Parts: sequence; C-alpha cells; structure tokens
Amino acid sequence: MAQRIIIDPVTRIEGHAKISIYLDDAGNVSDAEFHVVEFRGFEKFCEGRPYSEMPGITPRICGICPVSHLLASAKAGDAIMAVNIPPAADKLRRLMNLGQFIQSHALSFFHLSAPDFLLGWDTPPAQRNVFGLIAANQDLARAGIRLRQFGQEIIQILGGQKIHPAWAVPGGVRSSLADDGRAKIRSWLPEAHATTRTAFELFQKALDTHKREVQFFGNFPSLFMGLVEPDGTWEHHGGKLRFTDASGCIIADQLDPKRYAEYIAESVQPTSYLKSPYYSPLGCPDGMYRVGPLARLNVAEQMGTPKADAELKKFKKMGRGAVTSSFLYHYARLIEILACLERVEILMDDPELSSEDLRADAGINSLRGVGVSEAPRGTLFHDYTVDRDGLLRKVNLIVATGQNNLAMNQTVAQIARHYVRGREIPEPMLNRVEHGIRCYDPCLSCSTHAVGQMPLEVSLIGPDGALLHRIARG
Amino acid sequence: MAARTFTIDGKHVSADESATILEAASEVGITIPTLCHLDGVYDVGACRLCLVEVTGVPKLLPACTTRVAEGMDINTDSERLRKYRRMTLELLFAERNHVCAVCVANSHCELQTLAYTLGMDHVRYEYTFPRWPVDNTHSLFGMDHNRCIMCTRCVRVCWHIEGAGTKNVSGRGARSQVISDLNQPWGTSETCTRCGKCVMSCPTGALFAKGVTVSEMERDRTKLEFIVTAREKKQWIA
Ligand code: SF4
Ligand code: SF4
Ligand code: FES
Repeated sequence: MAQRIIIDPVTRIEGHAKISIYLDDAGNVSDAEFHVVEFRGFEKFCEGRPYSEMPGITPRICGICPVSHLLASAKAGDAIMAVNIPPAADKLRRLMNLGQFIQSHALSFFHLSAPDFLLGWDTPPAQRNVFGLIAANQDLARAGIRLRQFGQEIIQILGGQKIHPAWAVPGGVRSSLADDGRAKIRSWLPEAHATTRTAFELFQKALDTHKREVQFFGNFPSLFMGLVEPDGTWEHHGGKLRFTDASGCIIADQLDPKRYAEYIAESVQPTSYLKSPYYSPLGCPDGMYRVGPLARLNVAEQMGTPKADAELKKFKKMGRGAVTSSFLYHYARLIEILACLERVEILMDDPELSSEDLRADAGINSLRGVGVSEAPRGTLFHDYTVDRDGLLRKVNLIVATGQNNLAMNQTVAQIARHYVRGREIPEPMLNRVEHGIRCYDPCLSCSTHAVGQMPLEVSLIGPDGALLHRIARG
Repeated sequence: MAARTFTIDGKHVSADESATILEAASEVGITIPTLCHLDGVYDVGACRLCLVEVTGVPKLLPACTTRVAEGMDINTDSERLRKYRRMTLELLFAERNHVCAVCVANSHCELQTLAYTLGMDHVRYEYTFPRWPVDNTHSLFGMDHNRCIMCTRCVRVCWHIEGAGTKNVSGRGARSQVISDLNQPWGTSETCTRCGKCVMSCPTGALFAKGVTVSEMERDRTKLEFIVTAREKKQWIA
C-alpha cells in the first residue's frame, strides 16, 4: 500500500495551497500533488452579466495579475464584436502588458525568490524575506522595489490611479498616453535598465552556487507553450500559439488560440479546484506542458530586441534542446524584464500612442469570443459565449497557474525525492518545496507572502493511511 | 398666488403657497438629500430620503411632496434625520444587488454618492441577494434590475416628458419592478422612441447605454435638466 505525505495550509485566511506527496511501498516518493483549494466561482458568477462588464469584473479574479485578466477580457470582447481595434489601442494595451510583466517579474524575483537564493535556504524564515534582503543588501532590495514601481507606474499612467482599471474595453482602450506620462516613463528607463543588469549579474553568481537546484528543482522533460509571432519571435499579447517539446523541436505551430479546445484538454482533479490542462494530441500525462517565462523563451527563436536576444542565446545554451529546469524560470524572468524594457523604450518614440482614435464600436457579431494574452505567469485564455443580447451564457477561463499545475506536481515530487527518507518529513525539505513552487510564481495568495514563508502543514501518512508525521508551519 | 412665511433651520423664509419644502429650501441654498426627486418632473415621494421634521407634527414629512404652510418650523438636519436617511439607504442596498466596484455607474451614481455623504459605513440589514435579470434586448440601452431602486424617475420622464409611456411599474413591494410596455423585453417595445431620457434620468447604474463598462455610465444631467425645465423656463427657441 502506498503512503502519502500531505502538506496543508494552516492559516486558512492566507494559505490556500495543500501538497500531498505519495510514497510507494518501498517508502520512496512516487508522486506529488499541489492542490489549490482556493475557489472563487467566478465563471459561474459572471453568467447573465453583459459581456461589456467583464473587463471590470475579471480583474478582480486575482489581485496579483488584474491587468492580464483585463487585457484578455477586452480581447474576448473584441472577438464578440468581431472588430479590428484601432492600431493605437493595440499598442497601448501592449504597453500596459509590458508594465505588468515588469512589475510582476520584479516582485517575483526581488521580493519573493531572491531572498531564498541570495540569503540561503536555511536562513531562518524571519530573515529570509525582503526585509532580510534589505538588511543584507539595501541597494539591491531598494532597486528591486523601484523596478517594480516602474512597472506599476506604467500601468497607472495608462489606467489611472485605481487598483483595477477597466481601461481596456471591448473594442479598444479608454484613453491614450499623455505627454507627461510619456516623459516620466522615458526618464525612468535608464535606472530600470541598470537594476536589471545588476540582477543578471547576481543571478549568474547564484547559478554557480546553485548547481544542485538547477538539477532537481523541476528539471524534467515536458512540453512548452507560448505565443509567438509568425517568424517565431517572442510575443506577449498577439500572435499564435506554439508547442515545443523537451528536445526543443516544434511539435505544433501557429495554432489559432481561439481554437484552443482542439488541442488543450482539461482534466479536473477531484483534489484540486484548479483544472489541469494538457496538450490533448499526446494525452495525459505525456501532454503535460509548462507556460510562463521559461516556456515562452523555449518556444521563441528570438526576442526581437538586441539586448534580450543576446541573453536568450546564453539561456538557450543551458539546455540540450529545451531548457528544462524550472529553477531557470528566474533567469527567463530577468530576460523578459529586459525585453520589456527595450520594447517600452521603442514605444516611447511612437507618436501613435497619443492618438485619439482608440475605440472601435460594434454590436454583437459573434456569439463566442476568445481572448488570449500572455500574462507574466503564462498564457491566459478568456472564452465567453453570449446570447444575441450580449449577456454571458458561459465563461471559461484557463489561467497560467492551472496550466502549470501538472508541472508543479512533478517539481514537488522531484524535490521531495531528494529529501524524504523513511517515515519523517525532514525540515530542510519545506523551504525547498516552497521555493520549487515559487519558481512558477503561482498566482495564489499563499505563494506571494513577501514577508515570511508560505504557511504549510506537512503530514506524513503511512501505507495504511495512518498519519506518521506532521509538521505545521506558517 | 399667496406668499407663505415660515422657517427652515431657523432661517426666515417666504415662498409661494404652491412651493414644496424642498423647493423653498433649495431657493435659500439649503440642500436636502433626495433620490426620487428630479427637477422638472412631478414628485411621488417614493424614496423617503428627503424626510424633514416639522415642529408640532409627530411624523417625519417628505420635503419633496409637502407644501409649505404659514408659520411652519422646518428642520432639515438632526441626528434623528441622519439616522433615518442612513437606514433608508441601507435598506435600498440590502434590497437588491449593488456591487459598486464593478458597476457601470461607479463614481457617477447618486445612490453611492449619498451613501458616502450621509456616512453609511455599514449595511445592518441582511442582504436579500434577489435574482433579478438584466434586460439587454434594446439596441441602444440596457436595464439591470439588480441596481434599480424603484425611484420611478424613468417612468415619469417616459410618460410626462417624452410622452411615450413605455416604462411602467408592475408588482408590489419588494417584487415590484420597472417594465416596458406589457412587461415584455424592452427591445420588443413598440412605444419606445429610443430617446434615452429614462437612461439620462436614472440615478443609479440600473439604466445604461449598451456596451459601457465599469464607471463609464456618466450622465449629462444638464441636458436632461434642459429638456425637463425648458418649457417652464421658456427656453425653447420660438
Ligand atoms: S447603482 Fe450605484 S449603488 Fe448600485 S452598484 Fe451601481 S454604483 Fe453602487
Ligand atoms: S431604472 Fe433607474 S430611474 Fe428607473 S426606477 Fe430604477 S433606479 Fe429609478
Ligand atoms: S426625494 Fe422626496 S421622497 Fe424621494
């Protein structure tokens, strides 16, 4: 009979994740499951509402990446109206998405992950956080916070001061980039570039001291999915989907994101509220794919901007075929920050961002609309079915964290395999498992504890289902 | 036309006998909170937000439908009045589904503004979470019953300003609702002239221009005000 280790959240208000590690008869880790028990029923709740309200409603799904939901929702609305949005609106939406990438990646790297690999895994949790980082390296921590602010500033300049700006709307956007905003972004760019440079240097050093982590923090073959341009250049808001495999080969390309149901199937696991999508032609579990920074860089042939392209070349050398270690999500995140900064720079010279031609108008021309955009954490799908009056009949959302769910399970299993010996849960494993999850930067409130650690409870269940050992933490 | 003299909040005021307390107060710069009142359309006293105290009268009186009288001593602000107004607002919020954060009228809503200004920080009544539909069948406008406060402003402008008589009220009590023609989808109404006056008059996010998203439903009240008062003020160009 197999054994089972459960890592459970203790603080119900803040922790929403639960991990089970399965042991086989020999006492070795056979499998792991990262359950997400955070369920907000948004899809059901939206039914009956006018689709035009969705860009206002869906950003509230997640306080961590509202902009991504906003953009995907507006795009789904464009599809229902069946309009081509004005070119200026597309560029402005892209600018906001770049801002979102910068702020989200900076948060993940500096606040959430850097304390782990810069201060050391076994540093007490009270210090292994952004405050510990401030104590150890004040300039770095401050620069990281400022970089995040830069991304947030871009979002605010475009969307206004509100936390959940319904700035992107079906058909376009509500306002253009004002001159003072443009000037502000432009003057902030050199500092943002300098911070990113420093982060690259730091991460290079961390790589030297973290060879083991690169080896077993989610290092396994899988597929990768992301948007690319027709020539295979990195995309973040338009383009079509590409799947590559672990050897780096393209297995499907230029897939119409609107027809995702033809190549993505979702397995609903009874133990998790997250749906676990997989590439259906290969079935489950072979069709397991990863999304997000690591995946986007694996599927892209070039970044499309010089500095990021130089880094991409180095990155690609880190794998035989594809880069398969999830620890390198961190590296991919830095390269994406760089690409975003370069793209923001280019946009700052584009007069079209001040255009007043921002919004296309139309009635209901299609009863179904799919909006797809890359969120910092991976590809995000919003799929709306409406009636003739534009009231929502059905809503399907596929989020990045769900798509990475199967890979997160594997990552946890792989880390656990290195630590679990016998009938006890070794303390050092917790920090590593926690970080293994952080590599994916999952958008769960529990994973974004800037201060302290994820609240966890680990239970070890014996072959007969009895509790062998439990560690609570949080 | 006979003048009446009386006091409002201790101020000596005189007004024509036909004036309501609300009109007389606004004439001398005293604001009384209102929701169902709309300048230029007759009043119905539906919302009870404009309640005032009149010395010697045990019950509270709605300022919008009570005519002034000689020697009246009117009080428009007291702890008791503030308490009742807050209560009225709380009941309105509890009665239907108001999710301001995602509402088309957010930041441009009279109900929301009143809740802010009158210090409604809690709803002490249990929310009823009724299931009300959205009527999006009209080609230009939509109606979300979840946000309707049954002020009947839309009904009154529809009948008495536009003269179309499309909007009506059906049902009783908490189940009463604004309907179009013979309780049919608005888009199938044969009387609606698509003038949009009802949308202009609505104090909340219940009536809206189709396609608007959060906070986008800004109403240009001056247009409506012109339409409803131009006749009395003789502003129509001859
Ligand atoms: S109608 Fe007004 S009070 Fe009701 S939800 Fe909308 S903004 Fe809030
Ligand atoms: S729809 Fe608007 S104007 Fe009409 S009764 Fe309801 S709240 Fe009042
Ligand atoms: S304004 Fe007087 S009762 Fe509504």
